[in-house]
Amino acid sequence: MEIRVRLFAAFQEVLGTDALPMDWQPGLRAIDVFSWVCEKHPELAPWQPHLRFAVNYEFVPPEHSLAAGDEVALIPPVSGG
Amino acid sequence: MTRESFSWDVQIGDRPLDVGVVYHRAEAPANGAVVLMSGMVRQETQGRAVQCLDYQAYQPMAEQQLRYLIERCQQQVPEIQRAVIHHRLGRLFVGELSVLVAVGSPHRAAAFEACRFLIDRLKLEVPIWKKEIWGDGTARWAGVDVAFQS
Repeated sequence: MEIRVRLFAAFQEVLGTDALPMDWQPGLRAIDVFSWVCEKHPELAPWQPHLRFAVNYEFVPPEHSLAAGDEVALIPPVSGG
Repeated sequence: MTRESFSWDVQIGDRPLDVGVVYHRAEAPANGAVVLMSGMVRQETQGRAVQCLDYQAYQPMAEQQLRYLIERCQQQVPEIQRAVIHHRLGRLFVGELSVLVAVGSPHRAAAFEACRFLIDRLKLEVPIWKKEIWGDGTARWAGVDVAFQS
């Protein structure tokens, strides 16, 4: 079972894609998705204090537990307008 | 005469923004004022010449968050009749419109308050990003001043 990870801004540029699948297991949290991304791309680790998380289009805290099939977005500081 | 109810319009897309369209959608017979705020690409940021801005959005979430913002705005300023937010994505050059916010209300004070609320919260809460591309060809994602950005 999987979740879908969405990437934007600097994350999208570093990973070279706007979405990728990640294996899901019970207990997986939003912050674990960030850790998983940083294992392959440690240069993204300094974003942690600035990062927010969204699940299925709603902001969630980093400790939020994920369900199989969730769409999880890593949300760096926004700058619309 | 029927009493009209509140309505809103949210759009995020690549097409150029149209002040006339946004203004028109904020019109209502109960209005006494429409406040329209336009945002455009400025020629410099933090003292550096800007060549262009690249906007991207997490589109379904951004549209949902804008709808939530409008709901909160209407609870805070219940007098308003219309709320319209159009945001453009893609590469925009100096002077091009990036965002339009219009609010129609029976009285101007509520329209000003609501319009300011919507644009201020949009900048803080809605998943839209801009990359600043400077005149010397270097670039940076806006919104956070951090040394680790290349």
